[in-house]
Amino acid sequence: MTATAETTAGSRGSQPPVPDGAVTVTVKIRRFNPEFDDEPRWDSFDIPALPSDRVLNLLHYIKWYVDGTLTFRRSCAHGICGSDAMRINGVNRLACKVLLKDLLQKGDKQTTITIEPIKGLPVNKDLLVDMEPFFEAFRAVKPYLVTYGNEPTRERIQSVADRERFDDTTKCILCACCTTSCPVYWTEGSYFGPAAIVNAHRFIFDSRDEGAEERLDILNDIDGVWRCRTTFNCTDACPRGIQVTKAIQEVKRALLFKRV
Amino acid sequence: MQFHKYDVVIIGAGGAGMRAAIESGQRARTAVLTKLYPTRSHTGAAQGGMCAALANVEEDNWEWHTFDTIKGGDYLVDQDAAEIMAKEAIDAVLDLEKMGLPFNRTPEGKIDQRRFGGHTRNHGEAAVRRACYAADRTGHMILQTLYQNCVKHGIEFFNEFYVLDICLTETENGPVCTGAVAYELATGEIHVFQAKSVVFATGGFGKVFKTTSNAHTLTGDGMGIVFRKGLPLEDMEFYQFHPTGLAGLGILLTEGARGEGAILRNASGERFMERYAPTIKDLAPRDIVARSMALEVLEGRGAGPNKDYVLLDCTHLGAEVLETKLPDITEFARTYLAVDPVVEPVPVYPTAHYAMGGIPTNIHGEVLRDNDNVVPGLYAAGECACVSVHGANRLGTNSLLDINVFGRRAGIAAAEYALSRESHVDLPENPAAAVEAQVALALSEHGQERVADIRTELQATMDANASVYRTEDTLKTALHDVQALKERYAHISVQDKGKRFNTDLLEAVELGFLLELAEVLVVGALARKESRGGHAREDYPNRDDTNFMRHSMFYKQGEGLTADIRLDYKPVTFTRYKPMERKY
Repeated sequence: MTATAETTAGSRGSQPPVPDGAVTVTVKIRRFNPEFDDEPRWDSFDIPALPSDRVLNLLHYIKWYVDGTLTFRRSCAHGICGSDAMRINGVNRLACKVLLKDLLQKGDKQTTITIEPIKGLPVNKDLLVDMEPFFEAFRAVKPYLVTYGNEPTRERIQSVADRERFDDTTKCILCACCTTSCPVYWTEGSYFGPAAIVNAHRFIFDSRDEGAEERLDILNDIDGVWRCRTTFNCTDACPRGIQVTKAIQEVKRALLFKRV
Repeated sequence: MQFHKYDVVIIGAGGAGMRAAIESGQRARTAVLTKLYPTRSHTGAAQGGMCAALANVEEDNWEWHTFDTIKGGDYLVDQDAAEIMAKEAIDAVLDLEKMGLPFNRTPEGKIDQRRFGGHTRNHGEAAVRRACYAADRTGHMILQTLYQNCVKHGIEFFNEFYVLDICLTETENGPVCTGAVAYELATGEIHVFQAKSVVFATGGFGKVFKTTSNAHTLTGDGMGIVFRKGLPLEDMEFYQFHPTGLAGLGILLTEGARGEGAILRNASGERFMERYAPTIKDLAPRDIVARSMALEVLEGRGAGPNKDYVLLDCTHLGAEVLETKLPDITEFARTYLAVDPVVEPVPVYPTAHYAMGGIPTNIHGEVLRDNDNVVPGLYAAGECACVSVHGANRLGTNSLLDINVFGRRAGIAAAEYALSRESHVDLPENPAAAVEAQVALALSEHGQERVADIRTELQATMDANASVYRTEDTLKTALHDVQALKERYAHISVQDKGKRFNTDLLEAVELGFLLELAEVLVVGALARKESRGGHAREDYPNRDDTNFMRHSMFYKQGEGLTADIRLDYKPVTFTRYKPMERKY
């Protein structure tokens, strides 16, 4: 089905004025609402957009002016909250961090942008998936500082170098871009997935933490780090630039050599 | 309809809500209801730091922090509350460190500290290094650390449960809070949560403005619910505009950039803050910097093709400082404006950022029903609350402090109150009726008005008429516009009629709260015929302590979106600081 902004049945009233410099793009979206649909389908929308627009702006245009039933999560709109992970032209991205100008076709060809829900998690409605299995894996790796004995009165001392050791993995926003780009996760849903391992890494390599062994035991499990086939999809997908595969390798090495 | 019973119900899972939950959950049976997944909350967008007089890198003490907070708030701060916040700041930071927060470190391995706007040594002598930070993602690290600790303590979350009402039971001593009513996004089902105490921690309402650093989801739900119950809101005319939003977009660039030495320049390259705040220059409080920037633009010294912004110059900081201490904002500028801060200055302009006002509470987080009495069992903390530690203008970093200090206090107080009650007070009759009616009405066919149109027009008039500078005329225009939009809201149409994840319905409900709160803001701004902190009236350019050294208290008169607003006043609490002229 192709619906344009002007002709969609559900559309009400006039569209907002088209800004100078706008181009028409086709946004093709994977739709599925189990409340009413038996099967997923593709809907296409031809809409005006500025090259500086984020893909999230395009989705909002459709939701606000063409089809109010289009459903997705979003919040901060600048890549910090991790709500709007989706497959954009086949790769996992945050919709608020992809600009249209980077997707435009060269020449006069009209651009088509394909948007699907992230893979490997049950689709609840359109682009919105059930995040519970993802967070369950996160919670399973003891993602918090584990310490024993008395707490110091002031802060724990940590050298600049020790703090730097796990800096990369503290950037994780739990958007699931990495985990749902992983072919192992697609086929073996029981695999913890990259994000959970990243968050385990964040504590295993924190000099203040005393829970590394407990966590490594968990990750040594049949569904743990050994499932990783070093595909690097996760690293490519991370909107925060975390070296995800490297972090997983470091956890594997810690298991092999029993030290961090 | 589903029914649940808890000791404590916390509404909202940002910094304040989760800090409260960590305290409450270890003491009493606690549920956290949140319309987002906890880690999506906007605490995570805070960047620069959290101030506490740790004195890790230079001499400092909490009394100086107290003074800075009070002066920064243009003396509308309740001084007892500011003193508590500054004093407890030190433990608040140390608690976070012990929970695992990865602060940046000094060469000795202690928590590092950086300069921030309005935070000074010895009552204004010079900028002081007081802000504890984790690169420019301090809020992200706070949110993650608090969530991690909620996981550790097994806190029970109800994710994507949108609270639409609270239950107040009338007793001979006035109303008592007995629960909350939530709409479950996944199913469209209504849930009633009976509780001995309820804590609001729902954040701000920045989405009344177009240009804002706030998330789409910051629609003032908690404040709106309280207001609709006939309970007061305080100081709503005081809204902070953060000086450095990415021009045209409003995305936040931390004040920590200036804390690290970045400089604001106008079109001719002049460091204009030297004229407005000769002592601390670019590190003056946000209200002063935002007004200075707006004046530069109004007087024709703005940069860019339309001369409508100024420039944040970070180029002299060097790539290493930017990549290690300010990596996120460096990336924002590159991603969204295609400007590389390492080699060129970044276009910036003030962006709507933070509500100083909110649900009035005392220092235990108990919600006031008038100037003297609390609503037993009802608490609030964080941006949705007004203690008031921010007065007329919040200092940078004090919001992350506020959520930790008063989130903790509210969590403890709510749990202890619940434990002191033997049994639950009965819910009012048909506690879900109002919410069921509200949802049914929104889904019924009663008009052709589009939610997005009304919201867009609301944001446009608020940006144009109730922003950094205000006058009687602009505010009257805004009031007229908002009231007209409220009339149109009665005819909205929601296209999605389903029960499953109906975010179309959600946006319609949120817009109702935005309209409500926008009007309160404008009514307060019209009545306050003076300039103080974040409220700048061109027609009344001076602070007027004789008539306006007092908090505003807003009450909704009657039912319905268009009901009148009654304005009352509440005295400011003074301890040791006398109001002075505010110079930096």
